[in-house]
Amino acid sequence: MTEPVISVRDLRVEFVTRKGILRAIDGVSFDIMPGEVLGVVGESGAGKSVTGSAIIGLIEPPGRIAGGEIRLHGQRIDNLDPESLRRIRGRKIAMIFQDPLTSLNPLYRVGEQLVETILTHTDLGPAAARARAIDLLNEVGIPAPERRIDGYPHEFSGGMRQRVVIALALCAEPDFIVADEPTTALDVSVQAQIIALIRKLCRERGTAVMLVTHDMGVIAETADRVAVMYAGRVAEIGPVRDVVKHPLHPYAKGLMGAIPTLEAEAERLVQIPGSMPRLSNIPLGCAFNPRCERVFDRCRVERPDPNVPRFGLEGEAPLMPGHHVACHLYTRKTVETAS
Amino acid sequence: MLAFVIRRIMQSAAVMLAVALIAFLMFRFVGDPVNQMVGVDTPQEEVARLRESLGLNDPTIVQFGRFIGNALRFDFGVSYQFRQPVTRLLAERAPATLELAFTAAAFALVVGLIMGVYCALRRDSWLAQLFQAISLIGVSLPTFLIGILLIYLFAVVLGWLPSNGRGQVVKIGDWWTTGFLTTSGLRALVLPAITLGLFQMTLIMRLVRAEMLEVMRTDYIKFAKARGLRTRSIHFGHALKNTLIPVITIAGLQLGSIIAFAIITETVFNWPGMGLLFLKAVQNVDIPIMAAYLMLIGLLFVLINLLVDLTYGLVDPRLRIAMRS
Repeated sequence: MTEPVISVRDLRVEFVTRKGILRAIDGVSFDIMPGEVLGVVGESGAGKSVTGSAIIGLIEPPGRIAGGEIRLHGQRIDNLDPESLRRIRGRKIAMIFQDPLTSLNPLYRVGEQLVETILTHTDLGPAAARARAIDLLNEVGIPAPERRIDGYPHEFSGGMRQRVVIALALCAEPDFIVADEPTTALDVSVQAQIIALIRKLCRERGTAVMLVTHDMGVIAETADRVAVMYAGRVAEIGPVRDVVKHPLHPYAKGLMGAIPTLEAEAERLVQIPGSMPRLSNIPLGCAFNPRCERVFDRCRVERPDPNVPRFGLEGEAPLMPGHHVACHLYTRKTVETAS
Repeated sequence: MLAFVIRRIMQSAAVMLAVALIAFLMFRFVGDPVNQMVGVDTPQEEVARLRESLGLNDPTIVQFGRFIGNALRFDFGVSYQFRQPVTRLLAERAPATLELAFTAAAFALVVGLIMGVYCALRRDSWLAQLFQAISLIGVSLPTFLIGILLIYLFAVVLGWLPSNGRGQVVKIGDWWTTGFLTTSGLRALVLPAITLGLFQMTLIMRLVRAEMLEVMRTDYIKFAKARGLRTRSIHFGHALKNTLIPVITIAGLQLGSIIAFAIITETVFNWPGMGLLFLKAVQNVDIPIMAAYLMLIGLLFVLINLLVDLTYGLVDPRLRIAMRS
């Protein structure tokens, strides 16, 4: 079995504020294999982006990594000094941001930004770096790259800029890319192109990707596995087919139920009543318990661990290998599981 | 680009015309120029003849036209008090004011920029806090008070630097005199330049700090960090360049006010510049000098504005497009 590229164990991220310490990420664990795309979904504020920032080492004060481990190819990177971390950023781990319109420095030519990044991380000379920059632009699908390389960001369309952003992330052939809502700011037709591009790069280069989004359509199309986050915790994680088709966690069920489909003649979309708790006010036990329809006593006192074995409920689909859920509902051993 | 420049020049000309009108109106309404020129015992016919020869009996619009025509040839008449052409008086004193103003501006820009960048990057250090506190003093203390305090400390108590005058000057070309080439000239420049530039320095420092903090929060700086670029390159390349755009405007416009406000500093330090000349002119109702000075300051502001607008295009590629269309 191959080693995971990124391994996150029991990660905790806290923000120190005047009102006290807010725990934005609380005990998050997952692995991502080479060439695998892990989709991370959840509402705004669920901790998706913070997890990405923590992996790439860009949590800014007052935020801090308060516990847990992040390993890159088995080596811890969460406790490195800033300079060593900088050398990893861009070279081993790259990040793609949400808004391509603001991710590029408006005063620098696209080529300058690419060449600077290449020169920082490789031994190439300026001429070779420029040639590589042109290759990269070509690879991400920018037409006439040898001409466009001297353009300024404002001369590119949104989709083209996101391609430039991806090219910038690929400069040093990283092993892992955090894509933080890479398609949210784009037109639907352009979204599909960007997703296809990320997918292709992933396949061809064996790059692992953590794809943060709240677009389930994007997840279904792109991800191999998906993690559903709620209030800074992983509620459910598993192969994308299983989680999207047969979500187990009541929150995940609600989330999937809120997606409109054309085939299903649904009367109304399912809503999850209430809203996500504030970080300062996360309830005891399961963070979802005040909104959960199937809540019972244990949910209010004991926090469910996603890593304990779970079992499918009677009359529902059995749990597949690799499908984990942090919910007490599936603890009762009333039914023998399929596997 | 050319159309943009031409349009801006036309606008500048309109502004100058308005300034000229105000300068011209001073002649009409601030006392009778003839009374300033003649003695008490001058016969009435003599006065009338003078009035006619100066064209003061012509319609106002004709007089204004003549004023503009003369102004275009840099002819602002003869000073009442010195009996010399105003242009020559101003030209004699312009080098003193300009050298002082540019030294003050350079001081304000360089020191303000360095302090501002430092305060933004090391926001929580004690030195940054100290700079912030000092900048408050600089913004709130009036110029003349700073000047007097500096004179007291460095000229009276410590005796390090001269308290007034320009020191020894060297003549360059026909009319330019410079204090840059002699030790006494440079020493004399220090206190007035600091006095004149201190306010602008603190202003630029606070502006640079605020702008840079703003820029450091932008996505492209985060993305630059995520790409693992060197900290030096992020701070002094990516961030500083974006910080400088608004700073150029303010600093440019401030240069105009440095020249205009040199009046106070020149008075405090008895600096033989245009400001001192203007102040004497006000005391003696020497309208030609006042009018010429007004026109000159107006022209400086308009020119600096024009230059600032054109520099934008050099720094910000996005504006080059806007200028072209």
